[in-house]
Amino acid sequence: MRLLLVEDNERLAQALVEMLSLDGHGVDHAMKISEAREFSQTVTYDLILLDIMLPDGDGRDFLQELRQSARDVPVIVLTARSEVSDRVGVLDLGADDYLVKPFEFAELEARCRAILRRRGGAATNVKRIGNIEFDLLGGVLKTETARVELRNRELRLFEVFAANQDVILSKTKLVDRMFSADEEVSENAIEVYVGRLRKHLRGSSVEIITVRGLGYRMTTT
Amino acid sequence: MNIQGSIYRRLMLQLVGSAAILAAILFVLFQSFARQLAVESQDTTLQASASAILESVSIQQGAVVADIPYAALAMLGNVSDDRVFYQISRGTQVLTGYDDLPRDPDAMSWTANYRGDQIRLVQVSRALPINGSLATITVTVAQTQDGLAQKLAEISGTAILLGAIFFAVATVLAIWAARSGVRPLNTVAEAVSRRGPADLRPVTTPVPSEMAPLTLALNDFMARLDRSLAQSEDFIAEAAHRVRTPLATVRAQAEVTLRRVDREENRIALKQMIRAVDESSRAAGQLLDHAMVAFRTDHLEQSELDLGAVLDEIVARQGPVADLKDITFEQTINPDCIIMGDTILIQNAVTNIIDNAVKYSPHETVISVTLTREPNSVILTITDQGPGFEAENIDTLTDRFARGTNVGQTVGSGLGLTIANEVARAHNGTLTLTQSTKGTGACVTLSLPA
Repeated sequence: MRLLLVEDNERLAQALVEMLSLDGHGVDHAMKISEAREFSQTVTYDLILLDIMLPDGDGRDFLQELRQSARDVPVIVLTARSEVSDRVGVLDLGADDYLVKPFEFAELEARCRAILRRRGGAATNVKRIGNIEFDLLGGVLKTETARVELRNRELRLFEVFAANQDVILSKTKLVDRMFSADEEVSENAIEVYVGRLRKHLRGSSVEIITVRGLGYRMTTT
Repeated sequence: MNIQGSIYRRLMLQLVGSAAILAAILFVLFQSFARQLAVESQDTTLQASASAILESVSIQQGAVVADIPYAALAMLGNVSDDRVFYQISRGTQVLTGYDDLPRDPDAMSWTANYRGDQIRLVQVSRALPINGSLATITVTVAQTQDGLAQKLAEISGTAILLGAIFFAVATVLAIWAARSGVRPLNTVAEAVSRRGPADLRPVTTPVPSEMAPLTLALNDFMARLDRSLAQSEDFIAEAAHRVRTPLATVRAQAEVTLRRVDREENRIALKQMIRAVDESSRAAGQLLDHAMVAFRTDHLEQSELDLGAVLDEIVARQGPVADLKDITFEQTINPDCIIMGDTILIQNAVTNIIDNAVKYSPHETVISVTLTREPNSVILTITDQGPGFEAENIDTLTDRFARGTNVGQTVGSGLGLTIANEVARAHNGTLTLTQSTKGTGACVTLSLPA
């Protein structure tokens, strides 16, 4: 996915860019509206993440500009202001969704995914692994014999495996990706979800292998 | 409000009172003028009569002879049925006529009581030579005043009627004057009271110059209120921005670092850091929301709102978050739930309830959202499959900062249900917390009048 992040807080932007890149997305970062304008005129983005308070103006004006120019790129507004007063405004201006800072990265991902799914995702989001087809957006796994719709957690777990094929992933890392910091979960909770994925993958050339003492690894045979 | 008197009533009383006094003065003046005229005309007749009698008095052979002409008394009889008295005297000696008529040597005309009646007397005198010396002959003519009294009574009647008509006309004019005097006040009051609570534009209704200072003061006051409201709204937005921006940076950096770090104690520290950020940002957000709710409940901006649509929107927005925990919503919504309410407040209350349900629900559970229509109310019920409420503190959970003891690690501020409860009360509705009838979950019921 190609994303444009418009955010003037450099350290926050850095962290977000790093997280999004780790997940395999291409991210451009604009510090102000004028930069964002240039980026959006030259590159076609799948999604724009837009801050409201920017050094050279109000992000909402840029949003309006985008909507008037009939560029139908999905926009998620990132706001640090009071939720109540801003919420109605940005949705009326044509934002697809908004997030109040600070937010959980998983929620940002979830909202991006929900919007892209709602907007009707492109076929380019289908990934081939071994003899299965994985539709990231729809969360659909197609083996030669079956078609499974993954639930959200299964989907996120599979995404991590798919992005790190043949890499050993520790249970801790996987727990981080699937549960938020305020949830009390034992690492064994992962076993349940790995078990489910294995069931879905049965009969395909893709396999999740337990590496004793270290974690799991997905591999194709 | 401290109400003392009424301009309208005071104006009315003053104008009607003045009219009454003027009418009374008019009556008295008219009557006394009429009486004076009547008495003068009686005096003139009496005087003419007396003079005629005196003319007829002559001295014949040293004796006083009076040949009273018929006309002298007839002119009096013509006027009315009043009785007439006369007397001719020489000095103090009565020569002829009624010898007991009252006498007053100094007056030309006067009023006195005679034989039980009030009479008017006029006297004229002349000196005549008798036996070589001059003798003063005095003729007194008197008449009762019955005719005069009758005429005066008639005139008084007319005067009373005139006074009454004057008073009635003046009263009608007074009411009209008082009404039109107070009308601009009412016009401005109506123009201001018809406005919504957020309408702080200056009053442009035309007003008379006397009301200009009041209207100016009112407009100035509203402008100041508008500025201070805008300032406090800006302040809330700015405060939120100041608090949340650094928190967002810290949280994002902690999340990135968590992905890189393997040592267990570092991971625990980072997770605690994230929790602390979440707690403070949530508390800041809810405190600001609570302040906004408290402010808005004082100035409720009611409009027609479709609760079903509001609910759909909120559930759709919570969808991705619920999805992270594989929580599904089960909605049963009656589309016929139009109520009068403050949209922003209702949205806030419902968001808080649904947000709670998502937060406390275990993975892969169902939250049921039901909206039903009763004859006089709409009832929104949200039931989750979480740990539910504890019987011992279920009644205090809507208090500020109150949280159950079974919340575990879940981040919360203890203000969500407080906000929902205050919004319900501001709309004359109720918020009820119960245990779900199916199992352990929490069941929150919001009932609003429709």
